Amino acid sequence: MARIEEYIPLVGQAVIDDLRLLGERLKGKVIQHINSTPVGGGVAEILNRMIPLLRELGVDTKWDVIKGGEQFFDVTKKFHNALHGRAEEITQRDFEIFLETSQQNIESVDTCEDIVFIHDPQPIALIKKKSSNKWLWRCHIDVSNPNERVWGFLRDFIVQYDSAVFSAPVFSRKLPIRQFLIPPSIDPLSDKNKELPQETINSVLRKYDIKKDKPIVIQISRFDRLKDPIGVIEAYLQVKKYINCQLVLAGGTAEDDPEGFKVLGEVKERAKSDPDIHILLLPQNDLEVNALQRASDIIVQKSLKEGFGLTVAEALWKAKPVVASNVGGIPLQIKHKYSGLLCHSVEGASFAIKQFLSSPEYAKKLGENGREHIKNNFLITRHLRDYMLLFLSLYHPEDIVHLC
Amino acid sequence: MPELIKAKEPFKFCTRLHLSELTGLRATNLGQLLALIKEVSGSCIYHHTHRFLQQHQFLSPEPPNDFAYWVTDTLGEDELGERLVSIDTIQYSTIRDLREEIALTIENYLNDNPLAKLKFAKSGEEFHFIKSVSFILPTNYIVYDLKEFVEILKKITIDSIYFHIFEARLRLEKPTNDFSFWIENSLGDKELAHKISGFDPYTLTLEDLRNKIIQIVERRIAG
Repeated sequence: MARIEEYIPLVGQAVIDDLRLLGERLKGKVIQHINSTPVGGGVAEILNRMIPLLRELGVDTKWDVIKGGEQFFDVTKKFHNALHGRAEEITQRDFEIFLETSQQNIESVDTCEDIVFIHDPQPIALIKKKSSNKWLWRCHIDVSNPNERVWGFLRDFIVQYDSAVFSAPVFSRKLPIRQFLIPPSIDPLSDKNKELPQETINSVLRKYDIKKDKPIVIQISRFDRLKDPIGVIEAYLQVKKYINCQLVLAGGTAEDDPEGFKVLGEVKERAKSDPDIHILLLPQNDLEVNALQRASDIIVQKSLKEGFGLTVAEALWKAKPVVASNVGGIPLQIKHKYSGLLCHSVEGASFAIKQFLSSPEYAKKLGENGREHIKNNFLITRHLRDYMLLFLSLYHPEDIVHLC
Repeated sequence: MPELIKAKEPFKFCTRLHLSELTGLRATNLGQLLALIKEVSGSCIYHHTHRFLQQHQFLSPEPPNDFAYWVTDTLGEDELGERLVSIDTIQYSTIRDLREEIALTIENYLNDNPLAKLKFAKSGEEFHFIKSVSFILPTNYIVYDLKEFVEILKKITIDSIYFHIFEARLRLEKPTNDFSFWIENSLGDKELAHKISGFDPYTLTLEDLRNKIIQIVERRIAG
């Protein structure tokens, strides 16, 4: 795990000095993060990297995980889909299951630290234990168009918190509590984002039998309808009529997601007539994802819906030209025509890919702008700073806070 | 090289870190945008007129405010976008004055183009009002003369320079930027103070702004 000093060559000494100044202001406070899983998923990934860094900055930080059985997590998965706006049949029994498990956690999880930081809906009901300490609710999902029944159920808990945190402005709703905008981040020193020797990149290409004899267009995402892999193939086929290139669709599929294999089957079927389409079912392997991104000429993220779409930040950090849908948190990462190209359709994606392939200098410039934008706004150091400011905001209701 | 004057009072560099607070308020057309611009807190107006500068500090020239960007990019009202872009922020000494000018610009445009009221942003592309919460912290850098001053300018964060140049003047309503104020009042160098306050910082990227101030001060030190 990287130490805070290792970020200095990337972001500069002064940025780290600022983080240390903030850490000093939080001396004596204990922050307790609570979520539903210690491994797997974006929340656990970011907490695993942030907590050691927060501790190094002098912020006393704990991390606890709630317990729940299969039934509970089936319900929270339904909640998750419903909050994303998908049609889900949610019964009264589902709400009861949620509340029963929540009650068990209320009885077993100790929540007496100065600041209790709850992540996502699964542990949300712990707020019933609130005493005089401060409570934050962090929403990591896209709630721009939620199922109103589920949102209404959760809202009754949310309004009891001191503040809520969302990843994009479009996710915010009218609430009687303070709400802050804190986008997620990438870690430039993680296996997924660190610099790689050319030999490592070449060996991954050899492993998957991808030759660099024509430009590589790639989308790395789970095989999930919301990532629109079929749409990516359609866009690529439109480009291919004019420009010789190859397409890589790489990603995993969760073991417990029967739909993932169905989507993968459909993708393979659609791709079978073109030998230049490579479908790679990757196990979780961050180094390989990194190598594939670095080997590619254009990175696509043609999602129909996104929580935030951090794969875009990963791609831009590698200074790659990116074509991505104008959904979720993606427009925060790409300013159209400045740091990438946004699209709304298969045709738009195809047009943007063609533009990049036929104007390499333009593509290079947008990729470089993109890297700079990610460096300034989407690295873990900015995320650490925002979290520390968020903790301080709990004790300062004013808009201009003098910490003298 | 002339002898360096020691300041009566040292310059204490501060840094300013900000957190974006969501208001849940959104506009889908120009009428709503105008009504909310008149109603939201000054911290919101400040956020939307200065965010671009900080988040896209490597890009120049750029639309200097979010209102102009949204009006042009989402509503397709290029002419109004141009009018909003052209508002000379440096001419306004308070957020109140700046807010009035933005509101007046939109109002005048709507009077001339009543049909513009009928254009709506697509779902997901509404204008979301956000406010800027600023945290001001003293750093460990304290300087007594121009040589020390320029050395720190070279290594301090861009947030610190941003705070002393933009935020101190407009948001804290000081008569000039902090650098010019200190140079004039503690070093007695009116000419140098005016050189720094005399150019429009909004037309530069933040790194270019840093370099420009360093250049001006170094020339002064060299005599």
